[in-house]
Amino acid sequence: MSESLLRTVPAEGFDVARVRMDFPILQRRIHDHPLVYLDNAATTQRPLQMVEAMNRYYLEYNANIHRAIHTLGYESTVAYEEAHKKVARFINARSWREILFVRNATEALNLVAMTWGKANLRAGDEVVVSLMEHHSNIVPWQMLRDSLGIILKFIPVTSDGVLDLEAADRLITPKTKLVGLVHASNVLGAINPVSEIRDLARRAGALFVLDGAQSVPHMAVDVQALDCDFFAASGHKMLGPTGIGFLYGKKSLLQTMPPFLTGGDMIATVSQEASTWNELPWKFEAGTSAVAEGIGLGAAVDYLTTLGMDNIYQYEKELGDYALQRLRNVSGLKLYGHERGESLAVFSFNLEGIHPHDGANALDRFGIAVRSGHHCAQPLMNRLGMDNTLRASFYLYNTKAEVDLLVDALGEIKKLFRA
Amino acid sequence: MTAPNPNDLLDVDPLMMDVLLDHYKHPHNFGALPGADIVHAEGNPSCGDQMEIALKTKDGTIEDIRFQGKGCIISQAAASILTDMMKGERLDRVRELTKDDMLENIGIPIGPMRLKCALLALKVLKAGVYGQAEWPGEEDD
Repeated sequence: MSESLLRTVPAEGFDVARVRMDFPILQRRIHDHPLVYLDNAATTQRPLQMVEAMNRYYLEYNANIHRAIHTLGYESTVAYEEAHKKVARFINARSWREILFVRNATEALNLVAMTWGKANLRAGDEVVVSLMEHHSNIVPWQMLRDSLGIILKFIPVTSDGVLDLEAADRLITPKTKLVGLVHASNVLGAINPVSEIRDLARRAGALFVLDGAQSVPHMAVDVQALDCDFFAASGHKMLGPTGIGFLYGKKSLLQTMPPFLTGGDMIATVSQEASTWNELPWKFEAGTSAVAEGIGLGAAVDYLTTLGMDNIYQYEKELGDYALQRLRNVSGLKLYGHERGESLAVFSFNLEGIHPHDGANALDRFGIAVRSGHHCAQPLMNRLGMDNTLRASFYLYNTKAEVDLLVDALGEIKKLFRA
Repeated sequence: MTAPNPNDLLDVDPLMMDVLLDHYKHPHNFGALPGADIVHAEGNPSCGDQMEIALKTKDGTIEDIRFQGKGCIISQAAASILTDMMKGERLDRVRELTKDDMLENIGIPIGPMRLKCALLALKVLKAGVYGQAEWPGEEDD
């Protein structure tokens, strides 16, 4: 394959101008304005290096993994396993065999509920999650409530948008078998106090599951330090492709859990009577894997690692502080959360007299992409008295100049809608 | 690549925008309708907004019709316009009304991302009068 013009390794350290060069989509103009992409909590943009890694697989060594004895089959198998190893190093898992590739964080959480949950939970057992969860960490447990008769409880959220730890202390009891928590909120940006909740789970002898879909793209994650039993994430929210995500699980748990989907590649032996399971992680990866996407996720992790997660966190922190200060000064703007504790640069807000759908529609007219709606977190929205909001969520390629463009556009929109 | 965005609120004729904004800020036929014999509410799944339409009918004629709920400019203006259209009409007219009738009366181009907003009021009305089965869905099959 020809050497393209792409740089295969991003700049050392953190230089946002150089980072932006790796994302060609940021050069697009929308309605005669430069694209300002602030919908990163929904999905991020992708760097050339990631797309190029997927292309190389398809164009140079495409083959099914684990089966073929030929050269291409060997190369693809090595690359796909290497992607697991990259993710394992990225979140400091003890072994790459603790990394299961799945479609996304939703599938990862469903896997926990449908394998560990079905095998270990009985009627009357309690599962505790927070009111800040994305629907993906609520609905799988509701399904088990309906099928097994488990009891699902919610850690409340205070009116200023943080977890009520005193209530958590009362709710998590020896009856609790599993505690699920969103690491960082996709609505408020709040980074939750993991160690406090984990300690409550440990005290109760419960498993501790973290939904890291919003956290792992923006901050260094060390699953051993977090001491979670499971950690779920989506590739497309961290510069990777759609259709790939991962579930980290402690090996001792994964070994005793029944498989999730069954069939090809996840077995060791199959006879007419019974089957035995393949070794980890393949026991949980039935059928032909999303090989290109897995390799792409590995490349996205390389990209983030080269920039440095601490550098990224610091950069986004400064950007988020600036955005917070500017948004707070927009008259008629009601911002949710960001009052206490640490938060990511995710801002849900409303403009007085303007419906969020209309606001998002009008911002698009200025080239600014934001989300409007309930953000798949209706229990949280109801708690905080929000029907719908606008949401601006930032990432490593956004700039203070883009914050200014957003704030200017909000002013224009208020005039246009006579709000 | 740069397809025109047909649901661009700000590209509409400023006069039309003023009409819609007036409907939004001062909706016609808004509020509860005591003594209604048909009351029906539906949500817009894309944003969670709820809309209720109530009708008072006599001898097959819509004597009065009102709506309530929260929503965007397009959904609220559409409800305001639709209730104006239907007041005093034969109830049978509800069955005859098409999606195109509704879109035409809104008077601005509605793109795919806002179709559910534009047709919410019509959906609530048809489902209220004839049941869910009468609603063919917002998009073509």
